[in-house]
Amino acid sequence: MCLTCGCGQPDHPHHHHEHDPRLVEVERNLLDQNNRYAAANRKLLAERNTFALNLVSSPGAGKTTLLVKTIELSRGRFPVGVIEGDQQTSFDAARIQETGAPAIQLNTGKGCHLDAHMVGHALSELEPQPNGVLFIENVGNLVCPAAFDLGEAHKVVVLSVTEGDDKPLKYPDMFHASDLMLLNKIDLLPHVDFDVERVVDFARRIKPEIEVLQLSARTGEGLDAWVEWIEAGRTHEVSA
Amino acid sequence: MAREMLKSDSPMHELSLCESVVRIIADEAERQSFSRVLKVRLEIGALSCAMPDAMRMAFTAVTPGTIAEGAELEILHTPGVAHCEQCGKDVEVSERYDPCPDCGTAPLFVTNGDQLRIKDLEVE
Repeated sequence: MCLTCGCGQPDHPHHHHEHDPRLVEVERNLLDQNNRYAAANRKLLAERNTFALNLVSSPGAGKTTLLVKTIELSRGRFPVGVIEGDQQTSFDAARIQETGAPAIQLNTGKGCHLDAHMVGHALSELEPQPNGVLFIENVGNLVCPAAFDLGEAHKVVVLSVTEGDDKPLKYPDMFHASDLMLLNKIDLLPHVDFDVERVVDFARRIKPEIEVLQLSARTGEGLDAWVEWIEAGRTHEVSA
Repeated sequence: MAREMLKSDSPMHELSLCESVVRIIADEAERQSFSRVLKVRLEIGALSCAMPDAMRMAFTAVTPGTIAEGAELEILHTPGVAHCEQCGKDVEVSERYDPCPDCGTAPLFVTNGDQLRIKDLEVE
């Protein structure tokens, strides 16, 4: 380490008589740039009357299966586009494309969340159809995506009943950021120790106004109510 | 409720937050004409989404090769404060959804502690 200034670099020339350390005010928020990109995305989505939902969950909660089933049910009702976020692979986008819906895969590499800048690029490539719905499937992670606004109308948190019913208290930021909680895999309820009342109580301690829907993407139970929720939000958004 | 510790090899949003630090510094260097950063003072609220330790680690990872290489990172902690309507007063909270320590009301209305910003820089 350089002993003159302790800067951690190997010895390098110092002209300390030339040094004029001074303090500069910055006062800038680290999320400002992301928030600016998110605002630009939101504007673009509003211009096209696109209702955008940011789906967040742990890995394996069933987001992609849910999307595939949702796309099948939405056929003839509204156009759908999907942005898929994963650290690696384009498996999920391929699964979506098999349904015929346009999908863009974003790989975040070491990144643990999608940010508004990446989503902006994906939007210009995807060009969502007017008056449709855009699903953004975030990286499976209940921590980081909470802080990053992508320009969506709502964050929707998907929690499967094979996870613990104490998740809302363990990951409060995500449940606070979400407007809807989807309890997925309810067909497995008889086989797991998951207390639906408890999870709803925990979620509402964090976010009193959070809406809750129970469904199973596998059996199709509860999916109609979810598609109706999307329709209602979309109509509201379009007329707003 | 303790926040779960991030493993050093796990991806973390603190990394992208520190990339924002570097971007903001580069921008300010042009605006306020400086070529080297000696110290970064970062304000992190107790209720923000960043963990100070992870921020330190990420800062060391992203600054090499930038004008903030070798700069000291000073973290200014600001406590979480929330207002309890029931008691009519402000109370300190360590998590966003902590109940009022006096009457148990939850959630409270958070009034301070979500800072996540560069306050100032010592530069030359």
